[in-house]
Amino acid sequence: MPCLTENYDIVVVGAGHAGCEAALAAARMGFETIMFTVSVDSIALMPCNPNIGGSSKGHLVRELDALGGEMGKNIDETFIQSKMLNQSKGPAVHSLRAQADKQAYTKRMRHTLENTKHLTIRQGEVCEILAKDGKIEGIKTFSGAVYYCKAVILATGTYLRARCIYGDVSNPTGPNGLQAANHLTESLKNLGIEMYRFKTGTPARVDKRSIDFTKMEEQFGDERVIPFSFSTDPESVQKEQVSCWLTYTNEKTHEIIRENLDRSPLFSGAIEGTGPRYCPSIEDKVVKFPDKIRHQVFVEPEGLYTNEMYLAGMSSSLPEDVQFAMYRTVPGLENVKIVRNAYAIEYDCINSRQLKASLEFKNIEGLFSGGQFNGSSGYEEAAVQGFMAGVNAARKIQGKEPIILDRSQAYIGVLIDDLVTKESHEPYRMMTSRAEYRLLLRQDNADLRLRAIGHEIGLVSDELYKRILWKENAIAQEVTRLEKKTIGATKEVQEFLASHDSTPLKTGTTLAELVRRPELDYVMLTEIDQERPYLPEDVAEQININIKYEGYIRRQMQQVAQFKKMEGKKLDEKFDYSEVKSLRKEAVQKLNLYKPANIGQASRISGVSPADISVLMVHLEQMRYQKPADSSEKVSMKNP
Amino acid sequence: MMTSDTIAAIATALTNSGIGIIRVSGNEAFDIVDRIFRPKNKRKKLKEEKTYTVHYGHIQDGDEIIDEVLAIVMRGPHSYTAEDTVEIDCHGGVLVMKKILETVIKYGARMAEPGEFTKRAFLNGRIDLSQAEAVIDVINSKNNYALKSSVSQLSGSMSKKVKELREKLLFEIAFIESALDDPEHISLDGYPEKLKVTVNDMQEELNRAISTFDSGRVLSEGIRTVILGKPNAGKSSLMNVLVGEERAIVTDIAGTTRDTLEENIRLHGISLNIVDTAGIRETEDVVEKIGVDKARANADDADLLIYVVDGSCPLDENDYQIMNLIEGRKSIVLLNKTDLEMVLTPEEIKEKTGKEVVAVSAKEQRGIDLLEEKIKELFLSGEIDFNDEVMITNVRHKTAMSEALKSLSLVKQSIEDQMPEDFYSIDLMNAYEQLGTIIGESLEDDLVNEIFNKFCMGK
Repeated sequence: MPCLTENYDIVVVGAGHAGCEAALAAARMGFETIMFTVSVDSIALMPCNPNIGGSSKGHLVRELDALGGEMGKNIDETFIQSKMLNQSKGPAVHSLRAQADKQAYTKRMRHTLENTKHLTIRQGEVCEILAKDGKIEGIKTFSGAVYYCKAVILATGTYLRARCIYGDVSNPTGPNGLQAANHLTESLKNLGIEMYRFKTGTPARVDKRSIDFTKMEEQFGDERVIPFSFSTDPESVQKEQVSCWLTYTNEKTHEIIRENLDRSPLFSGAIEGTGPRYCPSIEDKVVKFPDKIRHQVFVEPEGLYTNEMYLAGMSSSLPEDVQFAMYRTVPGLENVKIVRNAYAIEYDCINSRQLKASLEFKNIEGLFSGGQFNGSSGYEEAAVQGFMAGVNAARKIQGKEPIILDRSQAYIGVLIDDLVTKESHEPYRMMTSRAEYRLLLRQDNADLRLRAIGHEIGLVSDELYKRILWKENAIAQEVTRLEKKTIGATKEVQEFLASHDSTPLKTGTTLAELVRRPELDYVMLTEIDQERPYLPEDVAEQININIKYEGYIRRQMQQVAQFKKMEGKKLDEKFDYSEVKSLRKEAVQKLNLYKPANIGQASRISGVSPADISVLMVHLEQMRYQKPADSSEKVSMKNP
Repeated sequence: MMTSDTIAAIATALTNSGIGIIRVSGNEAFDIVDRIFRPKNKRKKLKEEKTYTVHYGHIQDGDEIIDEVLAIVMRGPHSYTAEDTVEIDCHGGVLVMKKILETVIKYGARMAEPGEFTKRAFLNGRIDLSQAEAVIDVINSKNNYALKSSVSQLSGSMSKKVKELREKLLFEIAFIESALDDPEHISLDGYPEKLKVTVNDMQEELNRAISTFDSGRVLSEGIRTVILGKPNAGKSSLMNVLVGEERAIVTDIAGTTRDTLEENIRLHGISLNIVDTAGIRETEDVVEKIGVDKARANADDADLLIYVVDGSCPLDENDYQIMNLIEGRKSIVLLNKTDLEMVLTPEEIKEKTGKEVVAVSAKEQRGIDLLEEKIKELFLSGEIDFNDEVMITNVRHKTAMSEALKSLSLVKQSIEDQMPEDFYSIDLMNAYEQLGTIIGESLEDDLVNEIFNKFCMGK
């Protein structure tokens, strides 16, 4: 049968947050890229919450931006409220969160994609992955068309065999009633890929006109908005913002929920997928925390174009009539009109331990994946994976080593390392507590950490790269000056200290010491620091943080140095661990299953003990002695 | 973990012998020993001395002199590990060696893992390839054993304490983390003051635990051996025979021993701490009941249980209770009163308990040598040198607790310095991990689980 065939370098399956970043990265790196979506109108759709960022997710967006991704720029142009969370806490946990105008967000991303060179957008359902001898060849669509390519990136999100459920209503659709992709799972299974079934949920959308806001607390954005993107002009984001609203559930709400639990598909067993603990449905919360007399409900606008409001905190899969009754018990929602029901959604995704840290499948060369398909959750988690998959697919064609960020370099590294090494049976969400070196992985220094890598990839311009080199240097010079500059107990200094409730000086000290005092900071000291050079705000911020938290930062850097040694000891991904005598059986099984890239990763696999690691290291050393000639490609160990 | 940090261990056998050696190896070996070694005649530091030289002086912790020693300097790569190495030759007392090891650790070294010197020697190319397999075996067996002994050496109450402390720590960390993750939902207002009180309490508990290491129950008291049996089975008589004096009151009235009695004896070079307990039986007598409860608690903490059965009368409910108690525990069963007419046979008891049974008469001191043989066999003939491992484990536990204590001080410092709350969790987490090494558990996913289980959060 004749059919349409075309050739591309890279095929991206899906046009959500992972798919968009993957396609943009690949095309911008110069590769002919085609992106498939079941509906062109749903590109970069935000089918759940109307915001980007938040605790630790804000970090991901900034890191993505530093590397040359699009999400940060997109939200900077389309946000309607912005807030830096945790401002009273340490700099490591400051996190940016912006409410998006959903339609504007989607439109702006679509416009960017449509105007990117080398990028083709195509509506159609991909239903088969073509691979031969463990190597990718192309894909086939539902209509029978074949697209040959060198690499495929799967970013199917929640669409694979999707099912939306509330009460006893079950719709075989993707989010928002969009067409599900029902054929691809079979093809993946045939390729030997292990699939999981996960579940997530979303609350109802309601009509703004039916809400009594006088019974809710108004939540404003920040007065001075900080952009997500390091290349956005801060002045361009100072604009009028809209508010969110806060209200609470009560005993009446909980009573209704408890009375109708038997009608919830979650409790009746109608839902088989595993849901995430961090975004529990309201019925989950009521059951799990019976002592809590109220739960928070955050009412967020879906955009400027619409009256729809999102009821964060009350996702549910209870039947329609119960939803209606339960929402109406909440202060301010007494007469609320539901526009869209809350629902739970089930979908197929993969066991992500089948991936390398480059996000390429271990058993199929050229097949990459990212986003919720990998078992994560959240727009931001999806976007960064899509980006890394796109970059690494392109680099594979370039014949270059993949870019792998480690746990000490970026939240992105933590996220991907967790996905590919840790056993998980629920959608994975980023959290700051997952990053062991979070004091170093701050949202404020993502550019210092990652711009150079973005430049090497080819997605950060020379100009931006030069600016980072200058910034690094400026920070180092000024920190040194402050550490050296002694300051005497002059009248002027004592008066300055007194005016800030700071203990007067007994003897001379350095300016750095004064910066370290809790009640003072770098900018405040301008008054008594005559030799201070003019430095931009972002540079001053780094100087302040570096000096103020110097002790803690130093300790974490020492830990990182230890960590790096283990990460530097490479393992051959084709090595058969049953060859190593004395490794415990469980360790052999786990190591053969995961095929870790280095000793550090091996040590994080559950079931591999420190004794096993010692045995492994001794064995590696033994191999090195035996095969000095080709040690670089075979099992090798690079000495730190 | 394999790193080139500086490690230390006692290199000689842990017995009270003439001389003992503490070996220190790694990048900072000289710096660390220089902090505690005071050479007698010269001002020169070990760091400046030539390789293969011996120096006379004292090991001191601050002003406290610990021992008179010889320090041998060996520069890498010409040492066993091919790293900078100092060997401290000291007097061979177990307590002295332990104290010096602790001091070296206090001043910056890390306790060596089992087989770690050999491993380093190998990795640094000092050991021949053919020895590699042997090295692996050493690491394997030692590690497996160390883990087992580490956990088993921890007394029931100590391990409970460690677990409690970890639970408390995890709760605090999870609370801080949930507030950081969901700041609009969970507030930290007034929390630092509360945490300070909690940290103080934890520090006190840790200090108490650490001080028990110094009096070291295993070191000074030996293997904890608890004698169990129903009333009047002959426990006190047995104790008297073993101790060699009339220490326990022996009468024919059941329930005479109402409290527990403890004695330390040396048996074929093994130090045994023998605890005589009140007979285990259901009782209404308040005073005796306390004794019985204490006996049970003692049994929980024991390294070895000796169950005395009265062979002259049939088994009863009390015996079956004790059999439950010794199940799965290192224990020996004594069939006592062979001087009387026996109604029970050793075979019968062996079948019921699954344990070795020794027939004795405590009264006439018959069969006691067999019992001594059995005890010796259990602890010495096997693959293990029990006393060594106990001591090493002991130092390891103490080090971990001291590190945890240090981390808690840093938490307090952060609170006093008015650092933001997220800084507290860094050191709380370190304390948690340190304590975890004692019971062989790491942080892994504990935290994320705790956050979701204890705190309601999320969209």
